[in-house]
Amino acid sequence: MFALLDGNNFYVSCERVFRPSLQGVPVVVLSNNDGCAIARSNEAKALGVRMGHPWFQIRHLEASDGLVALSANFALYGDMSDRMMSLAAGLGPTQEVYSIDECFIGLDGVRGDLTARAHAVRSRILNWLGLPCCIGLGATKTLAKLANHIAKTAERKPGSYPAELAQVCDLTRLSEDAHDALLATTDVGEVWGVGPRIGAQLREAGVRTALDLARLDTATLRGGWSVTLERTARELQGLSCIDLDHAPQPRQQIACTRSFGQPVTTLAPLIEAVSEFTSRAAVRLRAQDSAAGAVLVFVRTSPFRKSPQYSRSVVVPLAHPTQNTARLVGAALHGLRSIYQSGYALAKAGVMLVQLQACLPRDAQAGTTVGSVATSVRQGEFDFESLGSTRDAGHLMKALDEVNARWGRGTLKIASAQAQMPRHDEVATQWTGKQERRTPGYTTCWSEMPVVRA
Amino acid sequence: MNSIQAPADLIGALDRHAPAAWLFDLGASVQAGFPSPAQDLGAKRIDLTAELVRHPQATFLMRARGDSMRDAGIFDGDVLIVDRAVEPHSGHVVIAVIEGDFVCKTLLLRAGRMKLKAANPCFPDIVPREGQTVEIWGVVTAAIKQMPR
Repeated sequence: MFALLDGNNFYVSCERVFRPSLQGVPVVVLSNNDGCAIARSNEAKALGVRMGHPWFQIRHLEASDGLVALSANFALYGDMSDRMMSLAAGLGPTQEVYSIDECFIGLDGVRGDLTARAHAVRSRILNWLGLPCCIGLGATKTLAKLANHIAKTAERKPGSYPAELAQVCDLTRLSEDAHDALLATTDVGEVWGVGPRIGAQLREAGVRTALDLARLDTATLRGGWSVTLERTARELQGLSCIDLDHAPQPRQQIACTRSFGQPVTTLAPLIEAVSEFTSRAAVRLRAQDSAAGAVLVFVRTSPFRKSPQYSRSVVVPLAHPTQNTARLVGAALHGLRSIYQSGYALAKAGVMLVQLQACLPRDAQAGTTVGSVATSVRQGEFDFESLGSTRDAGHLMKALDEVNARWGRGTLKIASAQAQMPRHDEVATQWTGKQERRTPGYTTCWSEMPVVRA
Repeated sequence: MNSIQAPADLIGALDRHAPAAWLFDLGASVQAGFPSPAQDLGAKRIDLTAELVRHPQATFLMRARGDSMRDAGIFDGDVLIVDRAVEPHSGHVVIAVIEGDFVCKTLLLRAGRMKLKAANPCFPDIVPREGQTVEIWGVVTAAIKQMPR
């Protein structure tokens, strides 16, 4: 048996803890560069603000409806998430932190009234942290996720589901009839693992609700769709197929992309940005102990502007998979130069490390060729081994990561990422983001703690 | 490798006549001499956080601004340790939310009525109006005062 605990409008709720005046006010949190809404309060949802809604399309609501927009304050959200996850762990013996605002808890072996226990944990998180959350309980992860959706929706839209299921919904307590009735009122698109595309296909085939999906026979599922969807259907029937994932699988690709604070038209700031993006991705690559077989680079103009549009990407395969920042940056810049064209107001660039593999000891690696590099994307091989030193940079990278972990990101960096990253009060370089509306680091910075009138 | 030779030009800048300088890696230990009598006690240095913070997840820091709590020992600029897990009782110094602002006062509850009392005769107490709800955000469990540096 599983529980899924999920913070309500998590980023907005974190902000409201330290700015109580935002209670009852429509609030959105904007993405890294104040580009679009990534979290919305219920009041903002009621104003019609969608997830990912570009800021310039909703900014008029500031004046007309008192919408408050904040830049994302991830230091704050990360700390509040840690606190919430550690209280959530009190629900049961095992925990899988699934994202910054949600976690699965394994409840096997927990005795007593689990619904009451969930209510107690929920109110502890609300009292101790000021964060509202909802908890769903089910026999499988998919059902726990569905129960969480019901708990949330019942609270936010009274009448959509029985009121007693608001905040905490325990599907395992319901009679079969009540259980089926809930699934029958839930759109199939709300089921975990059913994306918009599959959802549309299912509806076309007459599978409209979660109950319809649970009742599809396995032969139809396997024939018409995929093993994954079959597994989802089985989970809906109460057969647990997805275990708790304590050690998440290493990522298959690592991306770092940003919209620019202002349009970029020349190559120099792009080199700076792409070097920085690659360096950040490389840190994450080393953290999961992988090596990348190829680097994807892209640049594009803003689809929201009338100016001439331009969008290009390129994959640069590496002769040998590597986790060395210098090599990855070299490949990325090689790719960037091949796709850059002057005369466009570029709004976004990004780097993706792809064809990741476990990092092999150097001896084993020497003989490895990247046989798996898809020839269709081979647009220019870049062999750094031939560019001089083949000395293993493992120690250097380890030192780089340790120095940056201790004295702050960007203390040591690749030269093309520029010496003039904004540090403290310095002026931001051209490509770095706008964060004009960021709230203080209330819980992470001694000089920015909340102020109380005494 | 236990040591790194400093670059020649740096040594020169420090002292031209000094012998070559060495930077020692403090991570490496050398066994020599009398063993410490305290070695086996396993005593841990006093940890301020452990002493002052009872509920780590529920504890937040806030900066006090103003003199209204002077007689309670809270001065302008002090850092307050605020514990949200403590149930507020009459007599506690609390953080209350009044019209969207954080206010630090002493909570007084008598005969079902609430008063937020200042600890300075120059400041008025706050008595919530009829029907007005005041949220108690947290209980102040300690104040940290930093001396001028």
